[in-house]
Formats: sequence, structure tokens, C-alpha cells
Amino acid sequence: MVKIIVFSLTSRFVIATTVITFCGLIWTVPTAANAGSQRLVLTGSSTVAPLINEIARRFEAQSSGVRIDVQTGGSSRGVNDVRKNIADIGMISRALKTDEKDLHAFTVALDGISLIVHADNPVTALGRQQIADIFTGNVSRWRAVGGTDARITVVNKAEGRSTLELFLEYLQVKNSAIKPHIIIGDNAQGIKTVTGNRNAIGYVSIGAAEYEVQRGASLRLLALDGVEASVENVRNGTFPLSRPLNLITASEPNGLVREFIRFAQSPQVHDLIEAQYFVPADAN
Amino acid sequence: MQTDRLLTGVLRAGAVLAALVMLLILCFLLLESWPVLTGLSVFRFLTDASWHPLEGAYNLMPMLAGTLLASIGALILAVPLGIASALFIVFFAPLHLASIYKRLIELLAGIPSVVFGFWGLTTLAPLIGEWQPPGASLLAGVLVLTLMILPMITITAYTALAAVPKELLQNASALGLSRWGTVRGVALPAARTGITAGVILAAARALGETMAVLMVAGNVVQYPESVFDPVRTLAANIALEMAYAMGDHRSVLFVSGLLLMLLVMVLSAMAGLLEKRRYA
Repeated sequence: MVKIIVFSLTSRFVIATTVITFCGLIWTVPTAANAGSQRLVLTGSSTVAPLINEIARRFEAQSSGVRIDVQTGGSSRGVNDVRKNIADIGMISRALKTDEKDLHAFTVALDGISLIVHADNPVTALGRQQIADIFTGNVSRWRAVGGTDARITVVNKAEGRSTLELFLEYLQVKNSAIKPHIIIGDNAQGIKTVTGNRNAIGYVSIGAAEYEVQRGASLRLLALDGVEASVENVRNGTFPLSRPLNLITASEPNGLVREFIRFAQSPQVHDLIEAQYFVPADAN
Repeated sequence: MQTDRLLTGVLRAGAVLAALVMLLILCFLLLESWPVLTGLSVFRFLTDASWHPLEGAYNLMPMLAGTLLASIGALILAVPLGIASALFIVFFAPLHLASIYKRLIELLAGIPSVVFGFWGLTTLAPLIGEWQPPGASLLAGVLVLTLMILPMITITAYTALAAVPKELLQNASALGLSRWGTVRGVALPAARTGITAGVILAAARALGETMAVLMVAGNVVQYPESVFDPVRTLAANIALEMAYAMGDHRSVLFVSGLLLMLLVMVLSAMAGLLEKRRYA
């Protein structure tokens, strides 16, 4: 009996100490952060933010006394905040528009999407209209686009994902117009779904798809508007379903801002870019 | 006594802490979903045309239906199977076989849900797809959930059956009841409370299961017309969209979390009610 009490006491004690230490940690983190001498604020696209977050962490590790704050809120917020000087750097998942030419853009990476089908599917290429027809349910059998007489399984992405956003923009349709049979979360799930279903069509980041094909997954990347889907064609700008991920500043960058942008464009972060299935932009 | 008082204090603190965590979670969910709960009419969650949060349509009902259907389906399959397995271990299997079988079931209980999901995604869904495309469907979700809650039901039912007093069983044999008669007339009624508790725990787990269902159920927001149609559950909805949600979209996801919690609360209240009726 005594033994049990002692045991429960010690375990309580351990739990209590853990809780107290944890609370202590939560308390100390912000105060420690405020002590930093140099601070950089980035706001903007939720597509770019996870990548920049990783890059920022590496940058912080390399240069002491720098703290980088990355906030999301969409590309338009990035533009706004940079113009109003609320943020040092903005993040946008597109090229600058014509009325934004007062800003300076620096491409960090490229985002490309490939349509994927099962390797046994005879279809090798689709045009924009055919894809729109398939995804909105106007075409429901593969025969109509040159395949076998089987029902098409449409694989769509969950709402909020950047790949979905880019895909919809390319097709010029709303998400509610799409008639999906399966909705997936990340790239890996999409690839597994399509390799497991002969009649499925889906879309994933080009980097992820190419990587899986090289590893022997029974998957085919479809050519789009006559351009082969490859990381290379995203890099040279010919692939239609792609967009640049940019950092933007209000004026010619200098000091810490320039340092960070240079770092984000350097080969030192290519592994981080590829880990997010983006394509590193050319160094120049 | 000193130790007694100390123990009471410590236990009280522990109990308060556990209750506090629960309350804090509820408060947190309410706080996060407050903007849409006050900003939007609650009926929008019931009557909107569809679930397209970026286009301002927030109907949660198809997902509530999906959650309930998947859980009920899994229970329909797992409860008889689980109770049968438990009866087999306790009353029918030879001793060494029973212990091996029990180990096996315990092992099944220890498999992480994502493994079930992965198996479902790469094997089960394509298999169903060959027969009734697209494969990722309510049926696949139900089957994976069944596998996950089956060991839970078996183990709790086993524990309840093993705890039936020896005298009761010996009396039954003395009265000349057959083995099946003993099981049906004595063991099962005596173990009913324990078995019910296990089933309710399993139901709660099925309602909240996320990863495995997300990987196999297809996640299309709709009322399924057959078991081969894909569905999306509330938990899967949160996991799918939370990472990229902002503003109202994010808040509505917290509302779906709140709804899920409400569902589990109703379930546990029902369990309490059942218990009370039995002893009344």
C-alpha cells in the first residue's frame, strides 16, 4: 500500500514538474525573442509561407541575433503590407501585375502542377478544354478523350490547398463546379490513389510526381497543351500550369533584407525548396 | 491519517486537472469558432447548398451524416464479431489456442491507425475499385474502422466475461445447462455492463478516427446514395483543410470540431442513461 502511494506521489511529482517546466518554457520564449536585435517581418501568400519559414529558420541559425517573423494572409496582403511598410518583405505566389510595377520581385522558386493518370492508361496528353470537361463532369468516360471505355475517377484536392488554387485558375472554373469522386490531402495521397486506380485522373506538384515515377510508381504525367510535364519545362517557363513564387519589396533591398533575399535565392536552400515539391528558380 | 489526507489531496488535484483539460478544450473550441457562431446564422451549417468554405458555403450536415454512417456501419460489423471472439476465448477455445488468439487480438489493437489507412489506400480501396469504382468509399471506411475497433470490443468483452464470478458458471453447470445455454443465460447478462462500456468506447473512437478514414473514404462532401459512394467525416474534414485554412474557413473547421465533440458528449450521455435505467 505504502509502495503504491509512494509510486503515485513520485509520478504525480514528475507530471507536476513537467507541467511547470512546460509552462515556464511558454513564458520564456516570447521574452527571449524580444531581446533579439534585428527583426524581419514577412507577410503574404500561404503557399510561399511554409517554404520561407523553413528558409528563415536556417537563416536564423546561421546569423545570430536575427529574428524572422513569417505571417500568412494571401498574396494581396503581401502586396499591401509591403506598400504600407508593415512588412519588410512580401510573399506572393504569382508574378507582379502591371499595376504593381513599383515593387521589386525576386523569384525564389517555381510551383508547377502535373496531371497524373495510371501508367496503364493509354491517354498521354490532354488539352485545357478536355481537362475542364473531365473535372466538371461533362465527360465521364475515358473513351471521349481517346482512352478505353471506362468511367473516369476524378481526384480533386481539398479546399485551401495552393495546388487546387492554381489548378482552378488555369481551368478558369470555381471549385463548386468540379465534380470529384475522391478528394485528397497531400501529394503522396494523390499519387497513391492514382497508382491504385486504373481510371483515375488527379493532379499533384510536378516535383513529387516526377520523383515517384523515377522510383518506379505506375504513374504517367500528362503533357499539357502539347508541352511535356517536367521540372525542366517548369524551370524554363514553357509549362502552362506553373507560377513563380516571389519575394517582393517596396524599394531596392539593402542590409538585412537584401541578405535574406540573396540567401533565399542561393543554392544553399535548394534542398528546402525541393522538399516542398517546388522547383528552384535559376540562379540568375 | 496523514498519508490518507495526502493521497486524497493528490488524487483530487489529479482529477481537477483532468476535468480542467476537458473544459479548456471546450473553451478553446468555442473561442476559436466564436467569430462564425456569432457572425453567421447557425442555420447556415444546416441549409447551405454545399461545403465550399472559400465560396462561403458551410453546410456541415453531409459530413455529420458521413461520420455517423461510417461509425454505425463499423459497429454493426464489429460488435457481433468482437463479442463472438471474446466468447471464443473465454468459453470455447482450448487454453493454449485461447492465449495465442488473445495475443493476436492485442497486437491488432496496437497497430497505429495510419498503418490501417495506408493498407486501405493501397490495397482495400483499389480492390473495391475493381468491382465498384471509384473504390475509395463509405464501405472502405467502414471496413477499416471495423478492423480498428474490433480488438477494442473484443478485449473489453473478454475482460467483462472473464470477470463473471466462477460460482455463477458452476451453478449453471450444476443445473445441467449446455455450454451455449450458460453463455446466453448467465455469462452474457452478467457481463452486459462491461460489454456495453466497451462498445461505447469503440463508438467514440470510430467517431473521432481521422487518418485512416481520411485515406480511404474518398472525402467527397455528399450524402452517400450507396456504400460505394465516397463520404467525408467531420474529423477528416478538419485534418484535410486545417493546415491551409484562414479566417472564416478556419473558424468553421473549429465548428466542425465542436460538432464532433457534441456528438461524443451525446454518446456518453446516452451511455450514462442506459446505465441508470438498468439499475433503476
